[in-house]
Amino acid sequence: MIAALRCVIQRDLLLAARRSSDVMTVVLFFVIVVSLFPLGIGPEPKLLRTVAPGVLWVAALLASMLALGRVFASDHADGTLEQMMLGATPLGLIVAAKVFAHWFVTGLPLVLISPVLALQFDLPQELLGVLVVSLALGTPVLSFIGAIGAALTLGLRGAGALLALLVLPLYVPVLIIGAGAAEAAAAGLGGSAQLLILGAMLIVAAAFAPWAAAAALRISVE
Amino acid sequence: MQTSLEAIDLRCVRGERSLFQGLSFTLKGGELLRIGGPNGSGKTSLLRITCGLLEPDQGEVRWGGESVRRLKEEFWARLLYLGHANALKDDLTASENLKIACALAGVVVDARRVTEALARLGLAGRENLPARVLSQGQRRRVALARLALGEAAALWVLDEPFTALDAAAVEDVRSLIAGHVSRGGGVLYTTHHEVSIAAAVSRRIDLGGGQG
Amino acid sequence: MSINWFKYSSPQTFFPLAGKLALVFGALAVAACAVGLYLGFFVAPTDAQQGESYRIIFIHVPAAWMSMFLYVVMAFWAAIGLAFNTRLSGMMASATAPTGALFTFIALWTGSLWGKPAWGTWWVWDARLTSELILLFLYFGFMALQAAIDDPRRADKAGALIALVGVINVPIIYFSVKWWNTLHQGASVSLTKSPTMAATMLTAMLVMIFGFWFYGIAAVLLRARCIMLERERGTEWAVQYAKEAVA
Repeated sequence: MIAALRCVIQRDLLLAARRSSDVMTVVLFFVIVVSLFPLGIGPEPKLLRTVAPGVLWVAALLASMLALGRVFASDHADGTLEQMMLGATPLGLIVAAKVFAHWFVTGLPLVLISPVLALQFDLPQELLGVLVVSLALGTPVLSFIGAIGAALTLGLRGAGALLALLVLPLYVPVLIIGAGAAEAAAAGLGGSAQLLILGAMLIVAAAFAPWAAAAALRISVE
Repeated sequence: MQTSLEAIDLRCVRGERSLFQGLSFTLKGGELLRIGGPNGSGKTSLLRITCGLLEPDQGEVRWGGESVRRLKEEFWARLLYLGHANALKDDLTASENLKIACALAGVVVDARRVTEALARLGLAGRENLPARVLSQGQRRRVALARLALGEAAALWVLDEPFTALDAAAVEDVRSLIAGHVSRGGGVLYTTHHEVSIAAAVSRRIDLGGGQG
Repeated sequence: MSINWFKYSSPQTFFPLAGKLALVFGALAVAACAVGLYLGFFVAPTDAQQGESYRIIFIHVPAAWMSMFLYVVMAFWAAIGLAFNTRLSGMMASATAPTGALFTFIALWTGSLWGKPAWGTWWVWDARLTSELILLFLYFGFMALQAAIDDPRRADKAGALIALVGVINVPIIYFSVKWWNTLHQGASVSLTKSPTMAATMLTAMLVMIFGFWFYGIAAVLLRARCIMLERERGTEWAVQYAKEAVA
C-alpha cells in the first residue's frame, strides 16, 4: 500500500516535471497579482507595509485556486482515476498523496518566493518569518479543502468559476487566521497563536478532507 | 482463488430511459460471460455497476455473498477492470505506465515481468517510448498488457477488449483470456467482435434496446 | 400512537400532503407576519438612541435567524439523503436552498438599510453581516453546483456533500469572522448590538420569527412539489396529476 502511494506521488511529481510550464504559470500569476496591488492602491510605503500580509495571502489563495482544477482533471480524462478507484489502496489515501504532490508543485513555490515579494512591500524582517510560516502551513490547508471542490466539479461546464464559488467561503477562515498571523506580529502581539491554529487546521484538513474528496470523486464519476 | 460474482435484480436508469431491469446472473470460477446488445443498450453501465463504480437504481451486486459496495477494497483487490479509456499518461513511457497500473492494483512486479508482459502483447522494443508517440492500437495494447500480469485478480471485467486491435493482438488477448479462465478465474466482457474463446462454461446475456 | 414515518417518504404520497401543509402554513405565515409587522411598526415604542429607523430590526433579525436555520435544515436533508439514499430528501434539500438564500439576501439588504441612518454607511464589515455574506455565497455555491450537473442523482449527492462540508464550516467561519472583527475594531461600532429590548419589541420580533418560519415551510413545500413533479414526470401519478390539473 505504501508502495502504491509512493508511486502516485512519484508519478505526479514526474508528470509535473515533464510539464514544468504549468508550475511556472501559477508562480507567475502570484507574482503578477502581488505586483498589481501597488499599481492599484498607490506606492505609499506605510500603506503597503500594512497591507502586505493580506495582499500576499489573497494572491497566494487565488494562485492556489487557479491550479486546483488540475488535481484530478487529467486523471479523470484518461481513465486513470477509475483505476485508482478500483485499486487495492483506499481512495482517501490516494487523494491525500495526490494533494500533497499537487501542493509540492503549486503551493510550495509560492511559499518560497513570498519573502522576495514581501520585500517589494518593504515588510520588516521580523515579520517575514511569520508570513512565510503562515503560508507554509496555510497553503496545504487550501490545497486539501480545494481538492473537495475540484472533486465535486469534475468534468462540469464552467468548472473553474464554480470551483471558486464553492471553495472561497471555505477558505475565509484560513485567510483570516493566516493573514492575521503577520498582522498580529506587526501589532506586537506575536503571531504564534495564529500559527498554532493554522497548524491545527492543517492536521484536521489533512485528516478529513481526503475522505470527503474521495466521496466526492465517487459521486462525480457515477 | 474463489470467483463468486452474483448480480441480483439489477435496474439501471440513464436519463429518462430504463436501460435494463430485473437483470440477474452469476459468474463462478472458470466461467466466461459475454454481455451483448446494440449500442446504447447499457453494456458499459452494467459492467461499471458490477465493478461498483456506478450504483444501480435497484438491486445489488455481491461478491462471495457480500455486497460489493460494502466490501470495497476487499473486492477491488480481486478485480481487474479495463474500460474504454486506456488509463495511460502521454508523458510516461509504456513500461512506466504499466508499472504504475500494477502498483495501483496492488500487484508487485519487477522490470523483467513488465517487459515480458509488453512483449506478450507485441510491444517488444517499445517499452521505453512515451505513450504519446504510440499509435492507437499500440496504446490499447499497453493497457491490455495488464492482463498478462493479472493472475492475482480472480475476476476480470473487460469492456470491449478487442477494439482497435489487429489480428495478431486479438489472438494475444484471446489466449490471455482463455488462459485466465482455464486457471479458474472468471471473465465478464463485452465486445462487438465475434471472437470465440475456449472456456469450460461460456454464456451470453443480451441486453435489449432499452425498455420503458 | 405509532406513526408510520416511512409512509410519506415517497414523492407520490408526500405530494398531496405537502400541498395541504403549504396552504395551512401559508395562511399562518400571512397572519403572523401581519400581527408582527403591526406590533413592530406601530405598537413598539420609539427607541431612545436610534429613533424610528431601528424598526427594520423586526425584519432583519428574523431573516438572519431563518437564513442560518434553513441552512442547517438543508444540511439535515442532505445528510438523510446520503445516509439512506432516498430521493425525496435530495428534493427537499434542493427546495430549501432558494428560500434560505432569499432570507440571507433580505438580512443583508435590511442590514444595509439599517446601517445607513444609524452609522452613515451602506455597508458595515461587522461580524454578523460579513458572516451573512459568506452564508449567501455558500447558498449560491450549492445552487450553482446543482444547476451545473445534469444527472439529478449526481446533483443531489454532490449538493449534499457541499452542504455538509458547508454546515461544518459555518461555525468556524462565524467565529473566525467574529475574531477578525474584534481585531480590526477601530472606530466602527458593531451592528450586532441591538437596542435594549422592551417587552413589546421582543414580542414583535418573536412573532415575526414565527411568521418567517411558517413562510419558509410553505415556500419550501411548494417548491418541493414543483421539483417532485419535474423529477417524477415519467411516473403514473405525476401524469395523472397533470391531466387532472389541466382538466
